[in-house]
Amino acid sequence: MSPYLTMNPFGFPILSTVIFLPLVGVFFILFLKDDSKIKTTAFVAGLLTLVISLILIFSFDVGTPRFQFAERLAWIPAYNINYVLGVDGISIMLIVLTAMISPLCVLCSWKAIEKRVKEFMICILLMETAMIGVFCALDFILFYFFWEAMLIPMYLLIAVWGGPNKDYASLKFFIYTLFGSVFLLVAIIALYLVNGTFSIPEAMFKGYSFTFQIWVFLAFAIAFAIKVPMFPFHTWLPAAHTEAPTAGSVLLASILLKMGTYGFMRFCLPIVPQASIYFAPFMIVLSIVGIIYGGFVCLSQTDMKKLIAYSSVAHMGFVTLGIFTFTVYGFMGAMLQMLNHGITTGALFLMVGIIYERTHSRQIYDNAGLGKFLPIYVGFFGLFAVSSFAFPGTNSFVGELYVLISTFARSRTAGFFAAVGAVVAAAYMLKLLKQIIWGREKRDIKDLNVREIVYLTPLAVFVLWVGLFPAPFVRVMETTLVRLFMQLNKLSQ
Amino acid sequence: MMLLPELYMFLFSVFFLFLSVGKKEISLFTAARVLALVGFFVTLACAGARGDLFFGAYQVDFFSQVFKVLLSAGFTLVVFMFEKENEVENLPEYFMFLGFSTLGLMILVSSVELISIVVSLEISSFSLYAIVPLRKAQTRTQIEAAMKYLFFGAISTGIMLYGMGYLYGMAHSTYLADIMARFPQFLAQPLGVLAIILTLTAFFFKLSLFPLHFWAPDIYEGASDATTTFIATVPKIAATALLIRLAMLASSAPEQLATVIIVLAAFSMTIGNLVGLVQKDVKRLLAYSGIAHAGYLMMGLLSFNREGNAAVVYYIAVYLFMNLALFYVVMLLSRRGENVMINDLSGLARRSPLLALTLAVAAFSLAGIPPTGGFTGKFFLFVTAFKAGYLPIVIIAAVNTVLSIFYYLNLVRVSYSREPEEELRPLALAFHEKVLCYLFNIVIIYLGLIPFGLIDLFRDGM
Repeated sequence: MSPYLTMNPFGFPILSTVIFLPLVGVFFILFLKDDSKIKTTAFVAGLLTLVISLILIFSFDVGTPRFQFAERLAWIPAYNINYVLGVDGISIMLIVLTAMISPLCVLCSWKAIEKRVKEFMICILLMETAMIGVFCALDFILFYFFWEAMLIPMYLLIAVWGGPNKDYASLKFFIYTLFGSVFLLVAIIALYLVNGTFSIPEAMFKGYSFTFQIWVFLAFAIAFAIKVPMFPFHTWLPAAHTEAPTAGSVLLASILLKMGTYGFMRFCLPIVPQASIYFAPFMIVLSIVGIIYGGFVCLSQTDMKKLIAYSSVAHMGFVTLGIFTFTVYGFMGAMLQMLNHGITTGALFLMVGIIYERTHSRQIYDNAGLGKFLPIYVGFFGLFAVSSFAFPGTNSFVGELYVLISTFARSRTAGFFAAVGAVVAAAYMLKLLKQIIWGREKRDIKDLNVREIVYLTPLAVFVLWVGLFPAPFVRVMETTLVRLFMQLNKLSQ
Repeated sequence: MMLLPELYMFLFSVFFLFLSVGKKEISLFTAARVLALVGFFVTLACAGARGDLFFGAYQVDFFSQVFKVLLSAGFTLVVFMFEKENEVENLPEYFMFLGFSTLGLMILVSSVELISIVVSLEISSFSLYAIVPLRKAQTRTQIEAAMKYLFFGAISTGIMLYGMGYLYGMAHSTYLADIMARFPQFLAQPLGVLAIILTLTAFFFKLSLFPLHFWAPDIYEGASDATTTFIATVPKIAATALLIRLAMLASSAPEQLATVIIVLAAFSMTIGNLVGLVQKDVKRLLAYSGIAHAGYLMMGLLSFNREGNAAVVYYIAVYLFMNLALFYVVMLLSRRGENVMINDLSGLARRSPLLALTLAVAAFSLAGIPPTGGFTGKFFLFVTAFKAGYLPIVIIAAVNTVLSIFYYLNLVRVSYSREPEEELRPLALAFHEKVLCYLFNIVIIYLGLIPFGLIDLFRDGM
């Protein structure tokens, strides 16, 4: 066993179980005909995955920076490709997030999806497998398999169940992402030729030549920046979000976007550290441009989904900003923001989906004045909206605070502009909230039903939990991030 | 034992030759399918045969047997795939020609001497010239296609013979081993390089590599679905085999030749993919896709080592299955034998979910998206070319992958998300058609996820 990995203490391969449990669900669904049975099976598969991922996080050892629960099997020995899985403080939270969001996606599509329910649920479960796989994989090729395999079900989610402009949106999504990925592949092969292995931990902190690092960084950065998406690679995002069905938007916002920033933390920083430090100013500038640009574009949106999509660009800007400040606080803030954005923005997309099911419009104007008639809905909406602009006491406040502190520590100008971006966020979210709550005549719309309350509650709990008591979350990732910081620090001196 | 697959294929063809002159009382398709399947197993059983024949002109080794199995698999699948009475209405000769063509290709992969190469290549080509015009659905295009194929084919053979003349003149031998032993001397002089390139022309033609790709779109469009399926897959396997055979015999990696191959590969990919973008006819589109794939294949040949050759063999195996899968969808869609336009695919996911899935798997595989075999094969090619130090072609190929996704994805998009203008009936598939679809899907995914047994086998055997 390599020194980077600690063995799996369980008697069975727990990470493989988490990854492939949804696939087992797919297998059962293949033989079912009845729609409600299919939905139940998908939900149960998602729930079981969640349970196992919770076992995972409760038995996670926060004291070691090594990859835990490791599994290793030879896969393609001819090219030294192995099936290696393992999690550390960076990936474990994202796995739990994925396992939590996926069953919610099944629940939120219960009524919304009427045609081809079977294929829809299969796509969701395939997505879950691929997404958890991305976060667990410790071999480049394994990672790339999951990373790319995700495109197909996501493409289908948009192209088959999407809105009127789905053709354009799905194609754009696919091509953008693939364009980034092929460079990722070339970089992976380049690293293999230098290292003789596709193992990710073994490629870290190897002291490659600076020119080599620059090229690898650029290839990585284009793949991840498209996925995040960072300004100016963000144009696929609003289209894809607007046209995707609710579950698709939620998966896209909550999990897929995290893969870009996860890629930065997992690959760029440890594998090509000097190049990352070299390019950090550019990345910071792009992040801040994204934050401010995203914010101002949000101000002028009339479509709720589009507004939230653009707000994602701004929020993800905070994540990349945190990563490239190269401080422990920045890393923690970035990690927390990934989590927070996953919860809050996912929840906001769910809220839009709920109202769309009732009014069949996503325009803010059509959905105005709900305060009197849908108190529960507006209650949830308010919570998630204030969380979105980092109101103290909600989850995003903690993350943004960390990021802002580290940004100010690095550069006051950068910190100033980031703070401006945070204020703009408050402006557009409050504007949206105001329009949704007040105004207009009496309408005949039903408030949330039990199913909807059930799937919103866990997200609301997380919003407040992370907001008021973030210590457990920080503790999980602390060791890994501190070690990453120390290793980077050693190099830059 | 050594010649058993070839002998069997010969008898297969002769059987249908006699059928064509005698009374036709037995079911043609059943007979062909059963016999082809038996042939496949015979070839598989002979995979272990080793030895030399005919004064060393005919080599039966691991390499040739692997290719014979592939050829036989391709042939058998093609025979199983088509059922339209169009081409073969009471025409046992059609099977005879297919059989003879496969026979020629089987001999080709074992030939290590110039004259047997020419003879076997011509056995195969002449059969194909005969079946290209056999089509009932259209009247003019297939004649045009047949003429073009004949002329292009004949000219490329002529060029090859011309090149071979030089080779013989310089090496004083028709044996590949002797010629390739003097490979470095050849490459030292322009005439030698010219001779080699001219000789390779006929194989580039079969592979539809730039600049010998002009025939492909017209022939694919004009010939019947079954004929196109055959031409698009089986001869390409044999042509690749011969190129690998040459690369295996070359003692060192030749710089000049590598440059030529890189240029041809780059143009082939780029032109194939760019022109593919604007195609409306699915078969024409596949012709351009084939041109692009010929370019990808060349990347593996660049490294001139065992690993690269194994990667090429792996890729051609994947290529066989993903192409057959796509052509099968086309065949099943055009029950009357007409050409399928991209718009005809609309609503396919509702008419037949299985066909739409097969189309999607094949298209994603051709585009090279994991977890399909197309990705794994392409990945091996990338690694070997990169390892040999040819980064630019790897990047060109990577960018081309993105280009190609436009039209492959378009196929999937139309079949999944576009509704047909008029309501079309659901497509009912017969049992054996479903089995074939599942087979294709499973094989493509299998080659994607579990390459280890095969790629190791190829690497050790080459």
